[in-house]
This record gives sequence, structure tokens and C-alpha cells, in this order.
Amino acid sequence: MASALINVPERARRGEIIEIKTLVSHPMETGYRRTQLGATIPRDIIRSFVCTYNGAEIFRAELHPAIAANPFITFTTVATESGTLTFQWTGDNGFSVTQSATITVG
Amino acid sequence: MPGPPALPLRRFVVTVIMAAIAASAVAAEIPRAERRSGYDLMGRETRAMQDDDTANPGMLFVLDGESLWKKKTGAVKGVAARYPAFDAREGRPIDLEQRINRCRVDRQQAPALAWESRDLLALTAYVARQSRGLPIDVTIDARTQPFLDAGRAAFHRRQGQINLSCSQCHDDLWGRKLAGSVIPQAHPTGYPIYRLEWQSLGSLQRRLRNCLIGTRAEAYEFGAPELVDLELYLMWRAQGMKLESPGVRP
Ligand code: HEC
Repeated sequence: MASALINVPERARRGEIIEIKTLVSHPMETGYRRTQLGATIPRDIIRSFVCTYNGAEIFRAELHPAIAANPFITFTTVATESGTLTFQWTGDNGFSVTQSATITVG
Repeated sequence: MPGPPALPLRRFVVTVIMAAIAASAVAAEIPRAERRSGYDLMGRETRAMQDDDTANPGMLFVLDGESLWKKKTGAVKGVAARYPAFDAREGRPIDLEQRINRCRVDRQQAPALAWESRDLLALTAYVARQSRGLPIDVTIDARTQPFLDAGRAAFHRRQGQINLSCSQCHDDLWGRKLAGSVIPQAHPTGYPIYRLEWQSLGSLQRRLRNCLIGTRAEAYEFGAPELVDLELYLMWRAQGMKLESPGVRP
């Protein structure tokens, strides 16, 4: 099953500010909803998102129950060198998705 | 899973007022040149979400559908634009979801997928995505005409405790507001849609059931022939308009 969509420019000039967009499949069940019979629907959310650029952390976010399903996270960074950006989402019930993208900086 | 939420209560209050305004009006069909997709009536941010495949959550379902689709023949281009289409075995039109399930059961000996299940939505989104940009092109002939007529009649029939027809909102009052929501013309250009209110992808039948519940009518069950007739009428009414699947809607 496809779980994440990421959009990183394939190439950039050194020093250029690049935009990164990520979308991940997740219901983000708040833990506050109930079924029609009154039982609580257990919380099931992504709790953290981390992006590393050639191993160094460049962006981190903590997620909370009020965040929409299939969270869309976008941010910018400076293209410093060619290499790999790795994205990791972790959360309740052992949820963990890792995906990466390469960028050529010249 | 909790069922799809109904429209919030306060909308009904407005609905009642509107019912009074529209009381005796006989709806005229929207002239071709004035047809607008729901997309054109949405806010800038929602349009931006639909326009960018890496911001459109519907694309997550398309990718799921792609991996469920065993043989990648690419032969499904244009198919979504032609459904509902006449099915000889049923002796009536069937919609895209029903066609996909038919293929699963007959050709793949796999069990039919439940309505609104993630897999059925994903497969439908995958197939519909391949018709993006193509004009809606349903076939109306002697076999489908009676079902088109039934759909048209249903669209113009007042129903529910609020006694409103689809046409009163979607032909007469499109562009106006129902509480915070802009009333669209009800063109099925984006289905299956990622609806922000649903926090998920949903089918055209789910959307139609929502509007029926909004008039406080008893909604037909998923797969009911009445819903497929309405789908056929809506597709015919939008004939020539371009598909946007998977659309994003508020
Ligand atoms: C009281 C007014 C009202 C009535 C009556 C009504 N609708 Fe709707 N309909 C709406 C509104 C408002 C929306 C948009 C909701 C939103 O944006 O969240 C909508 C949305 C739709 C859409 C989605 C269009 C898109 O762009 O995706 C379709 C299709 C539709 N309605 C069909 C119908 C049908 C068929 C009926 C009759 C069974 C019906 N509606 C009855 C108000 C109405």
C-alpha cells in the first residue's frame, strides 16, 4: 500500500531555498470520538515527523489529535549538497513509515 | 467505523427558509455555457489542494489503487467518463464501482468489495484518474433512455421532510450559500472526491446520500438502482465537462 507522497526538486543550485512537500496516509483518529454504541474509538495518530538531509536533522514536527487525516506537511530548506533526504513518520500502534528522495545540487 | 456525518443541523434551518423562497419556482436547466464544476466555486486554498498532485490526498488512494490493480494494461483510460453504462446482464446501467466489482467477481474470482471500502475507493480513484481531463461522455440510447428519464424525474421531484428537489438547490440556487457552503451545480466531475468534511475519499453515491439526508429524505442504500439513475442523469447533465478525479471538495 502506498503510504506517502513526497515532492522534492530533483535538482537545485547550491544555496537555493527549496520547497519540500509531504503527504502521508493516516486516519489521525483523535481518541475523542465514539461509535454509535457509545464506545470510545481509541486514539490512533502520528506523533512525530522528522526529515534528515544526508543524515542531519533539518526539520521535526510533533503532531496532535487536532491535525487532519492524511497530514500534509510542507517546509523549506537550503540546498547545500547533493544527497538524500529521508522522511520518517512515527505514531501510535507502532506506526512507522520511512521514505527518501534524492537531490542533485550543482 | 462511524457512518458518514450528515449535514450539520443549522443548515436545515437555512434550508427551510430557502424552501420558502423557492416554493413555487419551476427549475430551468442550466444553459451549457453557464455550467461550472464544483471546482470553480471552491475557495482558492481548496483549488490549490486539488491542482497539486502532491498536496491532493486523493492521490494517496490512486497510488493504493495502482498497487491493487494487478495487470497494468493502461486500457482503462477514458472508461470513467463513460459510466454509468448499460450492462446487458443487469438489463440496466451500472456505475463505475459496480463495474469494478463485476470484473473482480467474474474475471478474478475475487469477492466483491464493500461500498466505500478503502480498496473499492482506491480502485475507482485509480481508474478515474486515468480519465482526468477527458470530457464526460455517457451513452444515451433506447436502452439507457428510461433510466436517464427516471434520474431526471428524481432530480426534479420534491422529497424529504423538507420537501425540496435537488433541482431547487442545484439548478436555481447554485452560487448562493447554504449556511457556510456554496451551493454547487452538482456536476459529478471530480469523483471519487476527497471531501475535507469526510477527511477521506468518497463516492458519488455517498455524496448523493448526503444530499438526500440533507432534505431529510430516507437515503437509498448504496448500490440502489435509484442512485445509479441519478448518477446517470448527473453525468448526462455534465456531458462534455472534463473529469478532474480525484477532486477535492470542502
Ligand atoms: C438544500 C439544498 C440542496 C439540496 C436539496 C440538494 N443538495 Fe446537493 N449539495 C448542496 C450543497 C450545499 C452541496 C455542497 C456541499 C459542500 O460544499 O460541502 C451539494 C453538493 C452536491 C454534489 C457535489 C458536487 C461536487 O462538486 O462534487 C452533488 C453531486 C449533489 N449535491 C447532488 C444532489 C442531488 C442528486 C440532490 C437531490 C437528491 C441534491 N444534491 C439535493 C445542497 C443541496
